[in-house]
Amino acid sequence: MDSLIIAGKIFSSRLLTGTGKFGSCKIMRESLIASGTSLVTVALKRIDPGNGEDEILKYLSKTHSTEENATWDLLPNTSGVRTAKEAVFAARLAREALETNWIKLEIHPDPKYLLPDPVETLKAAEELVKLGFIVLPYCHADVVLCKKLEEVGCAAVMPLGSPIGSNQGLQMKSMLEIIIDQSNIPVVVDAGIGAPSDASLAMEMGADAVLVNTAIAVSQNPVAMGKAFKLAVEAGRLAFEARLGVKIKHAEASSPLTAFLE
Amino acid sequence: MESIFLKTSTDVEIALRKTTKRTLEDFKALISPSGGKFLEEMAGLSYNLTRKRFGNTIQLYAPLYLSNECQNICTYCAFSFDNKIKRITLTEERIMEEVSVLKKLGFNHILIVTGEAIQSVGMEYFRKMLPLIRPHFSHISFEVQPLDEPDYRELKSLGVNTVLVYQETYNKQDYKLFHPRGKKSNFYFRLETPDRLGKADIHKIGLGVLLGLGKKDKQGSTWRTNSFFCALHLHYLEKIYWKTKFSVSFPRLRPIEIAGPVLINKKKVDNGATNSSTTKYFDEGISDKELVQLICAYRIFNPELELSISTRESESFRDNIINLGVTTMSAGSKTNPGGYSHSNNFEKITSSDEKMSLQQFEISDERSPKIISEMLKQKGFEPVWKDWDRSFELIPHEI
Repeated sequence: MDSLIIAGKIFSSRLLTGTGKFGSCKIMRESLIASGTSLVTVALKRIDPGNGEDEILKYLSKTHSTEENATWDLLPNTSGVRTAKEAVFAARLAREALETNWIKLEIHPDPKYLLPDPVETLKAAEELVKLGFIVLPYCHADVVLCKKLEEVGCAAVMPLGSPIGSNQGLQMKSMLEIIIDQSNIPVVVDAGIGAPSDASLAMEMGADAVLVNTAIAVSQNPVAMGKAFKLAVEAGRLAFEARLGVKIKHAEASSPLTAFLE
Repeated sequence: MESIFLKTSTDVEIALRKTTKRTLEDFKALISPSGGKFLEEMAGLSYNLTRKRFGNTIQLYAPLYLSNECQNICTYCAFSFDNKIKRITLTEERIMEEVSVLKKLGFNHILIVTGEAIQSVGMEYFRKMLPLIRPHFSHISFEVQPLDEPDYRELKSLGVNTVLVYQETYNKQDYKLFHPRGKKSNFYFRLETPDRLGKADIHKIGLGVLLGLGKKDKQGSTWRTNSFFCALHLHYLEKIYWKTKFSVSFPRLRPIEIAGPVLINKKKVDNGATNSSTTKYFDEGISDKELVQLICAYRIFNPELELSISTRESESFRDNIINLGVTTMSAGSKTNPGGYSHSNNFEKITSSDEKMSLQQFEISDERSPKIISEMLKQKGFEPVWKDWDRSFELIPHEI
């Protein structure tokens, strides 16, 4: 199976995960390990880097107690900011606090549906790239927007499958297909993936990766669900690489229509 | 508001089972007497919707009372102007003592509370003390007198993230009855406060009614009609101030000490107080079952809404309600100014009567934040102490 490469960095897994909504930090860590994820996003607003004993950061560190070592890098996100200016400021703080220039750019001025602001996102992406960040923007499944984000230098695009946290799956499938077809940078389907089958479908369609949080964190057994997503992402990717047969909706004509040409 | 009481079981079933967005008519059905028959089903749905949106987490905060001075008469409140209690407004030094205790307890989100005393606890006071408090917390909520839009803009620039303003009651006659004097007696100025907050771009607005306040309606409850109007208010606000976050709280009238013959809902209850000049009053306007029904109704109506429960409620009620839609709770609250840093001292230097009389209302759940946090963990919830960052508010003038 091909490896995922973003900004020249090779990742062992095509499953990206979030860190919110888990019932405890311990369950979070166990689930992330079971998922085999290689990139884990964490909200700047949830962590307290000034506090050396921040619980979330402790459980996200590479080595924690005697358990298995973590397989992931951290991807700070700007969740909570409402404008490009706020996002740039938050990204700078995150860079300082977590010592990484990778940033998942999230700008949602609407706190109810948490939908990304395309105008501010593009503005912030452009500025952050200039400031030397590796920018992964969360955005609508908007084909033109994704191309523009690519043009300003984003390392990947992260279009939504459906509203965040909704578990509705790939409601934006037609648009995602075009985005995947058009993109020269990795496409990570973010938000709305509610079941491993959704993740498989995204991977079969040729998405480079998926990001999953709610579906793992809120399941009855987050650790088992983490593993289920790991397998689903791998299966979907293998199927994509093996080239799926074309689905045919009509029956094949039994006598060839062009036989008279022979 | 007859229509709430006319809702049938069929209306409730429709509200519960529909897969499209629920309307205010559905909310009416859910809070109706018929809705009460579907409590278990409502609870299950509310649980699932809450977990999906908020995960297995509960946010914790603590109130920080800065003053109990107040020029309003609110017949149910211990800070009421006509209640003869010792009045205190914390000095800078005492505020810092409180801040220090709250930080040690682990709090990052606080709710600043005052009475309404324009001279001593107005904008000038806020300008002085907010810069002291702000650097120590990630998120600051404010529950003070309603202000004008420019004042809210200034508070925002001073680091206030959220403002709570409960209408208490949406019934104009009742409002007048329970708020006979002071600036608060202006029903419309209070009613329009969330609009001013929205225009001032305050990030989060907290709404609520004082459950149990008001003349009983036909079916013997005041909370249904009031809660419907609160939901209507919320619905209106969400559509106009679409960048604003909203929360709803569920304050139930609690026993308070009031000097003088003030009755609430014409109901006087003998609590066996030895001091004949103080008597405790409370109202039975909403039962535990009805409060659960109301909380679940809000959740089903509005899956994204923050729902908050305070230490007014009992330990067992709070332990169980966290499964049913609540997202935020206070812990270890002191509702008297200086109560965190001086609670021990206070017992030494004053009589317990005097200590009690400083409180706005009696705390029912007195467990420490640490114990609350352990309780949450045992129930499979992650206690969230920080869900905002000061840096988000530094923009744009500080960069």
